[in-house]
Amino acid sequence: MANFTPASALIGGALIGISATLLLWLTGRLAGVSGIMHGALLQRRDGWRWLFLVGLVAGAGAWLWLSPQAFAQRAGYPVPLVLLAGVLVGFGTAQGGGCTSGHGVCGISRLSIRSIAATITFLLTGMISVFVVRHLFGVAS
Amino acid sequence: MRHAAARNASALLAGLIFGLGLAISQMVNPKKVLDFLDVSGNWDPSLLLVMGGAVGVAMLAFRFVIGRGQPLFASEFHLPRMTKVDRRVLIGSGVFGLGWGIGGYCPGPGIAALSAGSTDALVFVAGMVLGSLLYRRLAAPRA
Repeated sequence: MANFTPASALIGGALIGISATLLLWLTGRLAGVSGIMHGALLQRRDGWRWLFLVGLVAGAGAWLWLSPQAFAQRAGYPVPLVLLAGVLVGFGTAQGGGCTSGHGVCGISRLSIRSIAATITFLLTGMISVFVVRHLFGVAS
Repeated sequence: MRHAAARNASALLAGLIFGLGLAISQMVNPKKVLDFLDVSGNWDPSLLLVMGGAVGVAMLAFRFVIGRGQPLFASEFHLPRMTKVDRRVLIGSGVFGLGWGIGGYCPGPGIAALSAGSTDALVFVAGMVLGSLLYRRLAAPRA
């Protein structure tokens, strides 16, 4: 566990919780990123979703600008695998109605059984995927 | 529509803080996420604390917010009507997890990582858009 970074993880996590709270308090919406993205793709005239996504990129970009060494970019990971991952994530979150933020953070915070079941499921299949890709096929990442 | 500008500004602010949180916690680094999911390898529990920190804040704060009865700049809270566990949520979440474990990105970090201008994140987000459209075309329940 040499790579464990508890302090930055908790601080970053708390910021995500604060963001979700602000969005719900001010606009009545849940901060589920996949739902916001799917909605943005469908309803081009509804501006708040696109603005949230722009903020997401800009907020991460601000941190990258302040501390460039914090952001280890990945290069050389097989492109077809990244594309496949994107398609599965896009399809699966549309069908399952949420992702790590919508089900994992907002849903669990609301003690939704549906979201708890979703979170357990994607954690399990995520672990299976990593085991297959990293250990059975030996793809380095 | 009253308060539309305030809602838009709020969404932008929430997005900024969310992106900052993802970057500070290094969740925009797919290797960090894969190291968390790699329980049989050199396990990195950081993601658990990111979720724990977020849930800890939201669980307390959501109660107060929803208890107010109405959001500040909107007429009602938009909360999911679906609460039951059905095949759709299990299969969808299962497929999402498979992709998460292959790429090391979930939607938030994937989009936030675009800020670094890496081809890796760009390919992932393009795939996500494709997957979203594919679902609408092939599998979405007809309303």
